[in-house]
Amino acid sequence: MATPVMSYDPTDLLDVERIRADFPVLQRQVNGVPLIYLDNAATSQKPAVVIQAIENYYKSYNANVHRGVHALSEEATAAYEGARKKVAKFINARSSREVIFTRNATEAINLVAYSWGSANVKAGDEIIITDMEHHSNIVPWQLLAERTGAKLHFIPVTDEGYLDLAAYDALLNERTRLVAFTGMSNVLGTITPAEDIIARAHAAGAVALVDASQLVPHKGANVQALQADFMAFTGHKMCGPTGIGVLWGRRELLEAMPPFLGGGDMIREVHRDLSRWNDLPWKFEAGTPSIAEGIGLGIAVDYLNSVDLEKVHVHEQALTRHALERLRDIRGLTLYGPPAEDRGGVVSFYVEGIHPHDLATLLDQRGIAIRAGHHCAQPLIERLGVPATARASFYMYTTHAEIDALAEGLEAAKKVFGL
Amino acid sequence: MDAMSMYQEQILDHYQNPRNHGTLDEPVTIRREEYNPLCGDRLVLEMRVVDDKVEAVRFRGHGCAISQAAMSMLSEEIVGKSVDELKQLQKQDVLDLLGIPLSPARLKCALLSLKAVKAGVYGVPQYDIDEDDE
Repeated sequence: MATPVMSYDPTDLLDVERIRADFPVLQRQVNGVPLIYLDNAATSQKPAVVIQAIENYYKSYNANVHRGVHALSEEATAAYEGARKKVAKFINARSSREVIFTRNATEAINLVAYSWGSANVKAGDEIIITDMEHHSNIVPWQLLAERTGAKLHFIPVTDEGYLDLAAYDALLNERTRLVAFTGMSNVLGTITPAEDIIARAHAAGAVALVDASQLVPHKGANVQALQADFMAFTGHKMCGPTGIGVLWGRRELLEAMPPFLGGGDMIREVHRDLSRWNDLPWKFEAGTPSIAEGIGLGIAVDYLNSVDLEKVHVHEQALTRHALERLRDIRGLTLYGPPAEDRGGVVSFYVEGIHPHDLATLLDQRGIAIRAGHHCAQPLIERLGVPATARASFYMYTTHAEIDALAEGLEAAKKVFGL
Repeated sequence: MDAMSMYQEQILDHYQNPRNHGTLDEPVTIRREEYNPLCGDRLVLEMRVVDDKVEAVRFRGHGCAISQAAMSMLSEEIVGKSVDELKQLQKQDVLDLLGIPLSPARLKCALLSLKAVKAGVYGVPQYDIDEDDE
């Protein structure tokens, strides 16, 4: 099929070819053809600088942090704590003490649900989440509701893929303790009006948590501008390694919270009958942390700063417009979610007569990696009324030509199925 | 593995024109629902056993071509078999019916049908098939 080969949109400011050269995995072949990686909402690829930073830590200054007085330990501590400062600046936190390193966003949300939740939520209280959450921002609240006897409410999603804010207003009341919501849907790509949602939560006297796992890597998030109380995100979706996530919280809230996990590093003193907790953020970081991964995340933040996330977002919106146009032309294909201007680089769809898993297998044959299934967001998939969807998700290194290849691959899959 | 060979004519025929598809009239001796939460594949299998022989089978559900075609093929295979023979069905029997190479990720889809049959005849809440088992 003849399609114009365009590696970038002329209005685009990103030098995509140069960026692609930073990511070693993009050079590889899959099934004999160049990899087209369209599964960035699951995890992003890693630039060479991040991979090298991890290798360099293990090769040159591997040591435990916070306790050794020897040179290696001091170097490791400086690098690990330096990464925390970079992350704090990246999200405009008032202090790096508000940045707690966790294993991932899931652990960050669980930390709030257990620590803040057990101290602040009781029977009869209400928690509001939304129908477009990832399971990681549903299940911890279900567990909290079960433990405490609190009630869990869901903000519905409109047919266009937006949160129903009128319904949200109706759910808010003086019993609402917490509103937890995604900054950007991992299925629909919808960018939610986080500032507005938080302001309404505060007006009702509730605390607000943003699951920014998809938002931070693609658009960034400014916790002070948002006026958020908690924000969770993960390193591996933002060019960093797996095994490192972030909980940011307002200092007053974090100070008042009991510890989550007990053990080494989170204590100031331990006696047989009592222990005293360490200062923030270490109070919440029990045990030896993910040192290499933390350092790697710091380098990933440097990398994102060097690329400029504003440009990344513009690039991804151009890609999304292009994808929506190309996919809309495919007969029997249903697209989900709002128009490109209201979403990040995520496109979910369903091709009549081909199960998404079969689509994913056929596309894989052409080197194209997409995700198929419920994307860890079953309530939303149920709302869409399909058993599963196929999802293509983009990043700074995705090209228009790759989206053309996706569209061609979908047409070819239809041929295989005789459609 | 060549994906095209995964979607050969026979598989697609069973997917698009499933045999023994629908709801079984009463009496239904064994009814079993299996669900693969990872994929969202779902199967409802109904069997009528008379004098220790499977007299009729119906199934319904939704999912990928592999899961649905495997159930369609297996449904033809089990009619006329005794309960003991169903208990002896192995993973390899289903793979032989499909006659295609499957990646580990897609093996689950193929074996959902066998899980439905086995859990049904044994009457257990869950029947585990060791996918690595040779």
